[in-house]
Amino acid sequence: MNGILHNYLPLVVFIGIASVIGLALLIAPFLVAYQQPDPEKLSAYECGFNAFDDARMKFDVRFYLVAILFIIFDLEVAFLFPWAVAFGKLGATGFWSMIVFLGVLTIGFAYEWKKGALEWD
Amino acid sequence: MTITTAGYSLLPVLPELMLAVGAMVLLMIGAFNGPKVTGLVTTLAVCLLVVVGAAEIMLPAGKHVTFGGSFIVDDYARFLKVLAIIASAVTLILSREFLADQSRRIFEYAILVLLSTLGMMVLISAGDLIMLYLGLELMSLALYVVAASNRDNAKSTEAGLKYFVLGALSSGMLLYGASMIYGFTGTVSFAGIAAEAKTGNIGLVFGLVFLLAGLCFKVSAVPFHMWTPDVYEGAPTPVTAFFASAPKVAALAVFTRVTLTAFPGIVVQWQQVVVFVSLASMVLGSFAAIGQTNIKRLMAYSSIGHMGFALVGLAAGTQEGAQGVLVYIAIYVAMTLGTFAIILTMKRNGQPVETIKDFAGLSRTNPIIAFFFAMFLFSLAGVPPLAGFFGKFYVFMAAIKSGLFVLAVVGVLASVVGAFYYLSIVKLMYFDEPVGKLDPMRVELRTVLAVAGLFNVLFFVYPAPLVSAAAFAAKSLF
Repeated sequence: MNGILHNYLPLVVFIGIASVIGLALLIAPFLVAYQQPDPEKLSAYECGFNAFDDARMKFDVRFYLVAILFIIFDLEVAFLFPWAVAFGKLGATGFWSMIVFLGVLTIGFAYEWKKGALEWD
Repeated sequence: MTITTAGYSLLPVLPELMLAVGAMVLLMIGAFNGPKVTGLVTTLAVCLLVVVGAAEIMLPAGKHVTFGGSFIVDDYARFLKVLAIIASAVTLILSREFLADQSRRIFEYAILVLLSTLGMMVLISAGDLIMLYLGLELMSLALYVVAASNRDNAKSTEAGLKYFVLGALSSGMLLYGASMIYGFTGTVSFAGIAAEAKTGNIGLVFGLVFLLAGLCFKVSAVPFHMWTPDVYEGAPTPVTAFFASAPKVAALAVFTRVTLTAFPGIVVQWQQVVVFVSLASMVLGSFAAIGQTNIKRLMAYSSIGHMGFALVGLAAGTQEGAQGVLVYIAIYVAMTLGTFAIILTMKRNGQPVETIKDFAGLSRTNPIIAFFFAMFLFSLAGVPPLAGFFGKFYVFMAAIKSGLFVLAVVGVLASVVGAFYYLSIVKLMYFDEPVGKLDPMRVELRTVLAVAGLFNVLFFVYPAPLVSAAAFAAKSLF
């Protein structure tokens, strides 16, 4: 059991170093940076013109729907890449597993299409 | 008949495959024909569940293990899967009226119930922590959506959201516990964990407690019960009937399997957790239900209490205890579905009525419904010779044989307190003035009520099939 725990030692060291560096970079500017704020420096950056509205406005819920549907197919590609790279070694099982996965996704796609989730109005 | 892929036999997962493919086919039928086929999809879903249940029973006898030990089909799994399938099929039948309403013709409802049932079957058969998590998530994600299926209703939406947020939290705890168990034993399979976990290593016990906390949430045991009354009250009544039956079967099944097969070496450590959870659930379920005015909230507290009673059998940690749990959950499902068939009939002028006062004088307006409801309430309270008494009998016997006297005594006292609120409804039905006539009962509700009611009343005549099936199933765990 201790052997397994020892395997995690590099991880602990890594977390330690990462938190030290992260905190140092966060805290250092407060201590050493030259600070002289004025309204222009503090205003939101808007490509040269003044900001015209608050960024926290009501947002059409359909944007979320599109975003969620996008994520599903984005993840699909994330699965496909490693599969494609290792394809030669996976054999028939690997091939058919991915075909089943794509089949299930296609059913989902047909459903959302038929339900009109892809139409804007 | 041998179907294999990459050396793994697919035969043990055949019922699950049928259910998954069937659910997708039904989804396509619904998607291409629109809401007008809701009734058809629901009927086909019930048929599919019947076929899957038959396939599960017809699998060759004995223990089958596939996917490198991740998926186990034994008598235990078979017993509980059939029970979960029956509960899901009955809730679909109970939902017909809810789905017939013009504004709520959602064919996805039946498909979500099917997918949730698929998750339950995976959960019941899980042989390692990864399969457990996959099954649990498949079950829960579908449940979150059905809780909010009446989406124009603020309460239903609130129930769905509450269930989702708290469910996600509990899944997180469960995963955290699973990762700690993996870290300290170096394996995710239950058999492997059992071989490694011989001593109560503090890290392992930590992981175990987190895992049990996640599972307690799913069976709605105190102190992880807070979501139950709100979700039960807010969700549409057929959905509440579903929540109270099938997912409880699956969650209790995996609870029992994990503790008994993955941690037999550290019984003392998990036993104290289970004893506490079961004590707290029984006591809270009894006392908190007293002040309720809504029948669905009352049923929520009642189900919390019943999960406490079922866990008494698990706390014993013996084969007898596991048998008690199985008998208890089977009887609990029958009582709950029957009770919900009655709650679903509680309508006046087409409007559902949910307060307990609406049951006043039911014996004069609807004597048959009142009789069956009284029987269910007596049974829920554990009055002999009804079915509920036998459920309690087996778990308490197992607890006493394992020397858990305090647990058994507190359990009996809690069931006495529980009897108070069950019997106060009986008094309301038989001795108070009627408040008006109910709408006529639909035929499918009548059928469910008659079957569940007769099972409940006549169980004592011939209890052998269920009890021996449970004994057989419990034996396959040890």
